[in-house]
Amino acid sequence: MSVEVSRTAAGLQLELTGQWGLREVEAARAQLAAVDLGGVREVEVSTRGVESLDLSGAWVLREFVQRARAAGAGVSFQGAPPDQLRLIGETLKEPEAGAAATPSAAPPAEPGLLYDIGRYAVHAWHDARASFAFLGRTLVTLLASRSLRRLRPISVARHVYDTGITAIPITALIAFLVTVIIAYLSAQQLRGLGVDIYVVDLVTIGVLRELGVLLTSIITAGRSASSYAAELGSMQLNEEVDALIATGVDPFEVLVVPRVLGFVIALPLLTVIADLVGLTGGALLCRYLLDMPLTQYVNRVDESISSTTFWVGIVKAPVFALLIALAGCYRGMQVRGSARELGHKVTVAVVQAIFLVILADALFAIVFMKLDI
Amino acid sequence: MFGIVGGSGSGKSVLLRSILGLQHPEAGTVRIEGHDITRMTEAQLRPIKARYGVAFQSGALYSGLTVLQNVQLPMMEYFELESAVRDKLALLKILLVGLPADAAGKYPAELSGGMVKRAAIARALALDPALLFLDEPTSGLDPVSATAFDDLVLFLQKELKLTIVMITHDLDSIFRTCNRVGVIVNRRMESDTVERILDHPNPWIQEYFHGERARGARLAARAGNGGGAAGGGHGA
Repeated sequence: MSVEVSRTAAGLQLELTGQWGLREVEAARAQLAAVDLGGVREVEVSTRGVESLDLSGAWVLREFVQRARAAGAGVSFQGAPPDQLRLIGETLKEPEAGAAATPSAAPPAEPGLLYDIGRYAVHAWHDARASFAFLGRTLVTLLASRSLRRLRPISVARHVYDTGITAIPITALIAFLVTVIIAYLSAQQLRGLGVDIYVVDLVTIGVLRELGVLLTSIITAGRSASSYAAELGSMQLNEEVDALIATGVDPFEVLVVPRVLGFVIALPLLTVIADLVGLTGGALLCRYLLDMPLTQYVNRVDESISSTTFWVGIVKAPVFALLIALAGCYRGMQVRGSARELGHKVTVAVVQAIFLVILADALFAIVFMKLDI
Repeated sequence: MFGIVGGSGSGKSVLLRSILGLQHPEAGTVRIEGHDITRMTEAQLRPIKARYGVAFQSGALYSGLTVLQNVQLPMMEYFELESAVRDKLALLKILLVGLPADAAGKYPAELSGGMVKRAAIARALALDPALLFLDEPTSGLDPVSATAFDDLVLFLQKELKLTIVMITHDLDSIFRTCNRVGVIVNRRMESDTVERILDHPNPWIQEYFHGERARGARLAARAGNGGGAAGGGHGA
């Protein structure tokens, strides 16, 4: 690609040669921009040496021709002007005429900080209302189902398997490791005081009341809220949800309720497993680190718990499960339009699920303290 | 303009995927402009991929980008261009395929089916390719839109001097736009000009082109051959 400029009596003569394609656009623009049009009345362009001219190359040439004409010079071609110029001219004719009017619609004034805060608040308010509506609709669908078949037992079983059974290894592993960490740290501290028997109390109460259910909820929030949101979101993208509605099937009944129900069944069971594994981990650590016989550990566990300790933990599981499953399903059903939206909603689902679980746990702690259990 | 037809499951899509280098053929070679692409590395393939554009059946527009950004993406990947230049070149391609200028700022989810297909072609044309692959371009369009789309394809072929390979089931499209047709039957391709393939002895080809559904299309094509196909007006 090159442009040779020579001055003639009438004005300028441009000799274009080589390839004029998208690859050469920047170079061609630079070379044509360097052509001095000052006082030139006639420009003659020769494209005979051009080996190939695609639309992008022709567009650059057209830009130059327009600039020359605007500067008051007449432009002519040796031979016929390239066909591509005519094509671009025809294509751009109408929009360019209209384009002059378009930018006059001035961009809206830059909104201030107050505007952003207000908009965020309104958005949050709508979102909160919509999520309560979602909760309500899910519960109504659940309670309104007259027969067991309406609750889709097979689908529920699948979700119990997907979110419960397959999550056993990871929740068990985490429960074991975290218990070991707590037992180890507390053993170090309590041994100095000579009361290392209290390690057992700490592990037992900690695992049964808080850690078992909280850890399991947080892990499964990452696992299941994301998978619910992604499943429902891609079904939205694929118009599968619309297809259900159009068939007269309520997506809440076939998609949301089985997921929520499945998870509400699965999470308490997982919590029981996590509790068991946690206590086992405590037993192992006490046996090998503190040289405490297993029988003493079991007796101490039995002494340290009251009748409510286990239930205080396990009663939270269905509530957490409801929150996690709803967050996943709600965000999944919100997906519209694009793959990026899907990723965004899945992220929001997981973050909100974990946040809601911890918030609910704090509320439970306050309630239990007031009730003195 | 080369049309590829074949029964469902006969391997049209596999053929296209092999040509595009998305799938490695178990045997045989694929030559594009003389280069055997089955024996090339990704890096060697890049300049060849710039020589062709593909419009996939469902558009395959990047849903997180506007139409304008969709068209710009190949340009950005291959060349360093000023953003103002890129905007204008991309808009040129969008207008060229008969989309209105205000479609440029829209997301694919906001477009109708026909507009998505046009946008897909605009993206395929982003790098000014010499070769254009279309996978079932008129499927899912109403007859009026499909005819307008055929006009667009003819217009692009004439104006940009493109070689177009089109997988299609639309007999109207074949008769109106294609010079040659390749029919995949019994795991082989029989290719010939449209007129001669009509007389091919293979029973499946006979059924395909002479069956009940084909008759109307052939008649329409003959009747319209004088004006419609030659007119090739702007697809808008």
